[in-house]
Amino acid sequence: MTTTAFLDDVRAATERDGEPRWLRDLRARGAERFAAVGFPTTRDEDWKYTSAAPIAELDVRAISEPGGEVTRASIAPYTFGQDGWTTLVFVNGRYDGELSTAGLASAGVRVMPLEQAREEMDDVLRDALGSICDVEQNAFIALNTALFADGAVIHLGKDAVATAPIHLLFIADAAAAKGASHPRVLIVAERNSKATVLESYVATGEAVYFTNAVTEVSLADGASVTHLKIQRESPRAYHVGTIDARQGRDSHFVSFSFATGAALSRTNVWTILGGEGCGATLNGLYMADGTQHVDHQTRIEHQKENCYSREVYRGVLDDTAHGVFNGKVYVHPEAQKTDGKQENHTLLLSPRAVIDTKPQLEIFADDVKCTHGATVGRIDNTSLFYMKSRGVSALRARQLLTYAFAADVLEQIELEPVRASLEELTLARFTGANAAA
Amino acid sequence: MLKIQGLRATVSDKEILKGIDLTVNAGEVHAVMGPNGSGKSTLAQVLAGHPAYTVTGGSVEFDGEDLLEMDPEVRAQKGVFLAFQYPVEIPGVSNAYFLRTAYNEIRKARGEEEVDPMDFLDIMEQKLKMVEMNDVMLNRSVNTGFSGGEKKRNEILQMAVLEPKLAILDETDSGLDIDALRVVANGVNALRRPDRSTIVVTHYQRLLNYIVPDFVHVLANGRIVKSGGKELALELEAKGYDWVTGPQGAAA
Repeated sequence: MTTTAFLDDVRAATERDGEPRWLRDLRARGAERFAAVGFPTTRDEDWKYTSAAPIAELDVRAISEPGGEVTRASIAPYTFGQDGWTTLVFVNGRYDGELSTAGLASAGVRVMPLEQAREEMDDVLRDALGSICDVEQNAFIALNTALFADGAVIHLGKDAVATAPIHLLFIADAAAAKGASHPRVLIVAERNSKATVLESYVATGEAVYFTNAVTEVSLADGASVTHLKIQRESPRAYHVGTIDARQGRDSHFVSFSFATGAALSRTNVWTILGGEGCGATLNGLYMADGTQHVDHQTRIEHQKENCYSREVYRGVLDDTAHGVFNGKVYVHPEAQKTDGKQENHTLLLSPRAVIDTKPQLEIFADDVKCTHGATVGRIDNTSLFYMKSRGVSALRARQLLTYAFAADVLEQIELEPVRASLEELTLARFTGANAAA
Repeated sequence: MLKIQGLRATVSDKEILKGIDLTVNAGEVHAVMGPNGSGKSTLAQVLAGHPAYTVTGGSVEFDGEDLLEMDPEVRAQKGVFLAFQYPVEIPGVSNAYFLRTAYNEIRKARGEEEVDPMDFLDIMEQKLKMVEMNDVMLNRSVNTGFSGGEKKRNEILQMAVLEPKLAILDETDSGLDIDALRVVANGVNALRRPDRSTIVVTHYQRLLNYIVPDFVHVLANGRIVKSGGKELALELEAKGYDWVTGPQGAAA
């Protein structure tokens, strides 16, 4: 397994100056860690069903000049038609102030690109960056920590409520070819603050590139953060993304992961319910065809009493696509009265599509209610017959049933423009109408 | 309109229909009655083209065409409608969307123009009144979370919208209280026309007080063992199926 290109990048990064001491130390730790462990192999339990070898063998280098020809028109299909939202646009990994829109301002809410945050929010960065996603967690986080060049910082002050959603839009075009970007996002939600954050990864072309994103979310007591991730990378791209949250007492974290792009993608959604009375809702939808590989790993750690977690992941796989779902739930001995539910349902449209689904519950408390269920199936013949008996053609009936299967979990998205847009995208994908999904 | 001759059908290699002969002319209402396991629901499903059943003999002609050769959707497009005994829940597809899709697919198959969502809503409005349904039901997923009565009404709503030439009601009365039964029957009666026919499959005579049949057939052990006018249903109600099938003769 060759990781030479990445090691070259890492060496270059550690020689970079002009950054504060703490940040250089943090990067050095990431670099050392990555150099020491390299990319995971399938012997690693967390990577049993997804080989990172295609990524390790990529001949890609960290993008230093974003280039590209992204215009307002090229981002329009991805902004949900919402001018009032705060939208930070990143072209080939780099912040583009021209394309970004400030949106409606909310008192106590600060949203800015990483570079600007280094000047204006050094204290927040120094405290929080790397405090949730430690370089020891895995090689991709280590690599991101060594190499991140851009990203965003969202700070919600005490009691601050973001009235409009905050959208971080990462767009890649042809200029991203043979490039790697390592976006870093930090969301710090102080006591009783509230916001909805979208992270989109989209592409206008079919370039081969690598995205390695890390998002840290810190929720103080009573904070509430909804995080929606939309992964629609180029069909030849590689995408690894980690969203890692730490929750204080009575906080609520809601995550949705929508994944349809990339040749190979791995999304980690992790949270630690570290105070009493918190809740975590982790939902997702993955749809893959051709030879796509789409992997989700979720980890919910119940550390304290009286917390709940809800999780529904659905997937639709066609052709020889390979899906992976690994849902871990840990319940610590003191996390009594934990109420956890996990579901994973996958629809296979082709006899050669594969899903590896692995619910993993480890419960060390004795007074808890935890359930999990996984189903893998094909289109239900009874439903098919019912629709056909009403005059609906076999093809159309299959399309509608497939859409319905997928759309079921989209209903969980509270943000209406996003839900409607993803429903439309999903419908188009299965009914053949300008299948942009 | 419908001519069934010597129809035989099996499910999982077990013969259920053992030679059915039945002719339904335009404008007629036929009731098919019989004890549990007599094959009456199978007959309904075979006519609609359910893939679980294999036709092993006989023929079915519909408007002069071979019905058994047609896929289920083609049968529907030609005007056959089955009201299911157990309507299927389809989470994620709204009733309105499903009905409009079916309506337009049928129109398309007949070379007619599709209707747009707004015009379709106008059509729906009258039909909803017919089955005393609230338009809130249109936005709910097909049959999902519906009560038994709501599901049956929804079947009749679909029938009212699709206006079939031949409607087959498969135990539509089962599980209905008297009010729902009346609504369902009114819906069916409102659709009666000289060029449309109905087959009412039922276990009990009750529904036939509301949907008055021209002919009543008793099915037992995969065959029609007795046919008559509407008074046959009353006689069956009074005397029980043993009267025609012999003591537990046919009930399986």
